[in-house]
Amino acid sequence: MSTVAVLVESRDGSVTQPTFEALTLARTLGTPVAVWIGAAPAPAEAARLGIHGAEEVRVVDAGDAARLPAAAAAALGAATADADVVLVISTFVNKEIVTRLALATGAGVVVDASDAEMVDGHVETLQTVFAATWNVRTRIATDKAIVGIRPNTTQASPGETPGAATLVEVAADLPETRELVTGVEPVPAPDGVPLAEAPVVVSGGRGTNGDYTLVRELAELLGGAVGASRDATDEGWISHEHMVGQTGTTVTPALYVACGISGAVHHRGGMQASGTIVAVNIDPDAPIFEIADFGVVGDLGDVIPQAIARIKEVRGS
Amino acid sequence: MRILVTVKFVPDLQSQRSFTDGAVTRTGDDGTMNELDENAVEAALQLREAAGEGEVYALTVGGDDAVAAVRKALQLGVDHALHVADASVAGSDVFGTAKVLAAAVRKVHDEAPLDLVITGMAALDGLTSMLPTALAAELDWSQLTLASGLTIDGATATVVRNLPDAHETVSAPLPAVVSVTDEANTPRYPNFKLIMAARSKPVTTWTLEDLGVDAATVGAAAARTVVVDASPRPPRENRTVVTDTGEGGAALADFLIERGLA
Ligand SMILES: Cc1cc2nc3c(=O)[nH]c(=O)nc-3n(C[C@H](O)[C@H](O)[C@H](O)COP(=O)(O)OP(=O)(O)OC[C@H]3O[C@@H](n4cnc5c(N)ncnc54)[C@H](O)[C@@H]3O)c2cc1C
Ligand SMILES: Nc1ncnc2c1ncn2[C@@H]1O[C@H](COP(=O)(O)O)[C@@H](O)[C@H]1O
Repeated sequence: MSTVAVLVESRDGSVTQPTFEALTLARTLGTPVAVWIGAAPAPAEAARLGIHGAEEVRVVDAGDAARLPAAAAAALGAATADADVVLVISTFVNKEIVTRLALATGAGVVVDASDAEMVDGHVETLQTVFAATWNVRTRIATDKAIVGIRPNTTQASPGETPGAATLVEVAADLPETRELVTGVEPVPAPDGVPLAEAPVVVSGGRGTNGDYTLVRELAELLGGAVGASRDATDEGWISHEHMVGQTGTTVTPALYVACGISGAVHHRGGMQASGTIVAVNIDPDAPIFEIADFGVVGDLGDVIPQAIARIKEVRGS
Repeated sequence: MRILVTVKFVPDLQSQRSFTDGAVTRTGDDGTMNELDENAVEAALQLREAAGEGEVYALTVGGDDAVAAVRKALQLGVDHALHVADASVAGSDVFGTAKVLAAAVRKVHDEAPLDLVITGMAALDGLTSMLPTALAAELDWSQLTLASGLTIDGATATVVRNLPDAHETVSAPLPAVVSVTDEANTPRYPNFKLIMAARSKPVTTWTLEDLGVDAATVGAAAARTVVVDASPRPPRENRTVVTDTGEGGAALADFLIERGLA
């Protein structure tokens, strides 16, 4: 069986949900091992990785240097020398890391994949492109394959024979880097589920006029995260981390609700692959209606409160 | 200040984009310079203007039609246009493209040293965002990617990177490869005078031979990934749009409840 290495993402020491999704996918490709870059994880976190199928947790403590893609790539490379497949979550930073790793190893890379499978000994991936209007299947022709997988594309589940993962320390030779990180200003973690991982996203655009009360209320009711259009973040109505779209966060929740968002192609590119799309917009000609499973032409100030009341009423009865 | 900007020719976002034989269909009619490369051009022009001297090159790698990308850059005000056009480049993956771009950058750099290569944050056709890193690695220059702010102080470049978990400040010596995000600046529109002037500006065209790149190391044959299938996604079925006449919110709630989403 081939070894499939999964780069672990963690937030405040806890493994993120997309990591468990990647481990679940890794089990279909071979024998998963987890790679943890940083000081050794807490035993409970290592155990959760084991439950999701990791046979080993390989720990590479590269210190602060790991913020630089070249150093992180060297750390990941040291822990994945024997791996036939390296899986990472498709984030901007990981794309940089795997580009360096691919140059060092000769591996072929696909990022932003929504699925991966073994076909005749080669990894094949699925992606959506052109603002999610096309499906593309790509074969990685090299023996070693690197795949960047999008969050929310595999349903995470525990392994069939959940075992305790063994911790293995790996030493890495870090390269000299020219770049120096001189400042790190942490962004506070979002309340609730991060946008990219949320099963439900409720977004507000210019049509909110800057008032996110209703959008937040609906998001909370549905157990989702709050998103926004670029115009809304540019206005300073909500922070940049909430922006959905081609240059913001790409989301693929089971449900996407667009409130007062016109549906510009840049925005659609970041949400069009969502499961169910719902839109509320006062303009019947808004392009968002072209891709919405259910649309309401109306003022969000009327429609959203009524929807909230109705859901509460049905839940209460 | 000598700066080279990479610009990619991509299908227009608003057009019906498609695939032909596993590659993105690129035709002169509905193709254009990648929108996010406008931020790269803008960053370069602002640095040249602030320095009061210097030269800006625009470089593209692509088929004959790709010349439209560097022509657009000329209209925005760059000084020189370079186009690597060679049939052997077709089908290159990011590593092949980076190799060709790096060879062209070196050719310019050897004539007179460059301070910076500025790229867009992503090409809106594939959105891989891998090229800037690959180019920095090929050149073995400093890598300062995903910059939402860029300042040059003597021989050092400093950028701000807005990552989901932190805002980083990163410095490195020149020469550097910098990729800029769409937050970095607001691109200018070409004015009439520049559009007219761009018409008579020459575009330098290079082949792989001019760059000393072995054709066997790039193109489809050297690519590590192969598109085996591409098909348009079917449109969503059973779409419903209702007009709110007092019941719109309830209808929305009922739809969500029916689908098990609320
Ligand atoms: C290079 C580039 C990259 C970009 N990347 C992104 C990106 O990643 N993400 C992104 O979102 N955008 C992006 N944009 C911007 C994008 O093109 C649009 O400008 C933006 O998405 C529009 O935001 P909006 O829908 O909120 O605003 P608008 O287009 O102004 O739409 C507001 C909508 O609200 C409706 N409305 C108004 N009042 C009400 C009401 N009371 N009730 C209900 N509806 C109401 C209006 O009918 C309208 O349809 C990018 C642009 C560029 C150039
Ligand atoms: N063929 C090309 N010619 C010139 N520049 C390119 C080419 N491909 C990519 N680039 C540059 O690299 C950036 C990132 O592209 P990508 O990594 O493909 O998403 C783009 O914004 C361009 O500046």
